[in-house]
Amino acid sequence: MTSVPLIFERSRRGRRAADLPACDVPEVAVEEVLPEEYRRKDPPRLPEVSEPDLIRHYTALSRRNHGVDIGFYPLGSCTMKYNPKRNERAARLPGFAHIHPYQPPETVPGALELMAALQEGLAAVTGMDAVSLQPAAGAQGEWTGLMMIRAYHRARGERRTTVIIPDSAHGTNPASAAMAGFRVVTVPSDDRGGVDLAALEKVLGEDTAALMMTNPNTLGLFEEQIAAIAERVHMSGALLYYDGANANAILGKTRPGDMGFDAVHLNLHKTFSTPHGGGGPGAGPVGVKSFLEPFLPSPVVRREGGRVILDDDRPQSIGKVHTFYGNFGVLVRAYAYLRAMGADGLQQVAEDAVLNANYLMRRLAPHFDVPYDRICKHEFVLSGARQRRAGVRTLDVAKRLLDFGFHPPTVYFPLIVEEALMIEPTETESLETLDAFAEAMIRIVEEAEAEPETVRSAPHTTPVSRLDETRAARSPVLRWIPGEAAEDPDDEEAPAAANRGGTE
Amino acid sequence: MSQVPKELKYSEEHEWVRVEGNRAVIGITDFAQSELGDIVFVELPSAGAEVKAGETFGTVESVKTVSDLYAPVSGKVVEVNGDLGDAPEKVNEDPYGAGWMIVVEMSDSKELDQLMDANGYSAHVSAS
Repeated sequence: MTSVPLIFERSRRGRRAADLPACDVPEVAVEEVLPEEYRRKDPPRLPEVSEPDLIRHYTALSRRNHGVDIGFYPLGSCTMKYNPKRNERAARLPGFAHIHPYQPPETVPGALELMAALQEGLAAVTGMDAVSLQPAAGAQGEWTGLMMIRAYHRARGERRTTVIIPDSAHGTNPASAAMAGFRVVTVPSDDRGGVDLAALEKVLGEDTAALMMTNPNTLGLFEEQIAAIAERVHMSGALLYYDGANANAILGKTRPGDMGFDAVHLNLHKTFSTPHGGGGPGAGPVGVKSFLEPFLPSPVVRREGGRVILDDDRPQSIGKVHTFYGNFGVLVRAYAYLRAMGADGLQQVAEDAVLNANYLMRRLAPHFDVPYDRICKHEFVLSGARQRRAGVRTLDVAKRLLDFGFHPPTVYFPLIVEEALMIEPTETESLETLDAFAEAMIRIVEEAEAEPETVRSAPHTTPVSRLDETRAARSPVLRWIPGEAAEDPDDEEAPAAANRGGTE
Repeated sequence: MSQVPKELKYSEEHEWVRVEGNRAVIGITDFAQSELGDIVFVELPSAGAEVKAGETFGTVESVKTVSDLYAPVSGKVVEVNGDLGDAPEKVNEDPYGAGWMIVVEMSDSKELDQLMDANGYSAHVSAS
């Protein structure tokens, strides 16, 4: 397989893909508007290519990608469902696509109406009283929710410094709690995969600000004791935060608000079918019960006298958490999805997602260890412990799946399961796809017995073979430097440590 | 099987302690490094920081996962293994030697009694 040169390496001086018209406004000399220290001394080293070069370069790269439009993508807890193209059409309507965030609000009533209506829809789905659409991702939604919880306790004159998080939680939960200034306390799972109630009671106290939970949790299991947990948490004066990453499992069936949660975020790019996987943009709206409403990020989008307004007069607000009003294009796509599905459609999403996951789990259960053998919700977790003893690790199984044209599931998470494989098929996959995936997995298990080297050295059919993930992490080369050869793998001078911060 | 040197003390969270007078040299065990896989980044406190037994003092990141490091004893950090910044692989290659992480001046050496000896730790590992 040939390697693709960088766009910079295709550059030839003077080649152009664009032909700009003559400037039709008076030119302003850069010296007049920029002080000397902000002016660059040399022109930027931008690649100079023709349009065919440009198109072929990026088309070639895109053909090496895997996405939901290409094939099955059962990445657990990521809900890689198909994104209906009608969402894209809605987001491209000129009235949505061509507005400017600095336009006076009274010139964009349609956009504001969409935001208000989406907030109402998400409040109905989650059982909350008010919603902010500002957070740009799930983790930012968590952080926003926790900042509101912190402001709430402070407003009551209470000092609560810890957040309790189950050991099965998404890694973002403890990270968000720490970023919001809390100390994280972990609570273990019991042998059915739920929160250990006795252990929870031991750590709940006057210093507890909140318990963060995902329900169903990352094992794909519904928290059976949620009512008792909510009661204990509220008795101690703490609040309950719902990580909505797994909301696909409960749409139209139950609601965080009904389970006793006080604040919740939803990942529109998961549950509401907006694209993700390429790094964004996403959206992580936060919903709260009415007593937390004064703390919502400002401006609050709300109805007043038959119109929708941007309300900045929020003295108790935690402030703005996103420039302007959030990732608006994502909100349009999510609203289109919400309205197209309707209440019945959303219920069927949850039913089909759960059915698909249970079907796949039962097909694979004879071939892997099943750490928690219960009916699952939208995803399930297998253990590759049996294969590991035979010398084939979960990482090898994941790499071998690429040869069959499937994106691997999430691996080595949740942390409490040895050699974990976390599989979320979503509702948008057909029986044929599920069967083809199951057959590939079963064949890999057989290979692990009969010809383990085939699995250990996979993938064999992809554009590049097994990557050296360790070296990529220890010595990442993140920058193209003019005049430097692209590769000199053993060059100790590679800007490894210095560039590390830039990867995060 | 992973190595468990006789002369060290061990925590349930897979840290080891070598006692040198009032000083405790701390790292992670051979079992821990082998479970984590190739380690790519180690985040440690600065010298002078206070650590508390049972609480986190840093993180260790491998290709697979990121894990917290838990202080087996309380006290003040007096030395930090700066070499791990450029060469985190030392934790994999030599967990009980060049892969050491911090030295703590213990504030309460009685905390050592809470730790396991080599036999206890070996049993802990086979049970988990």
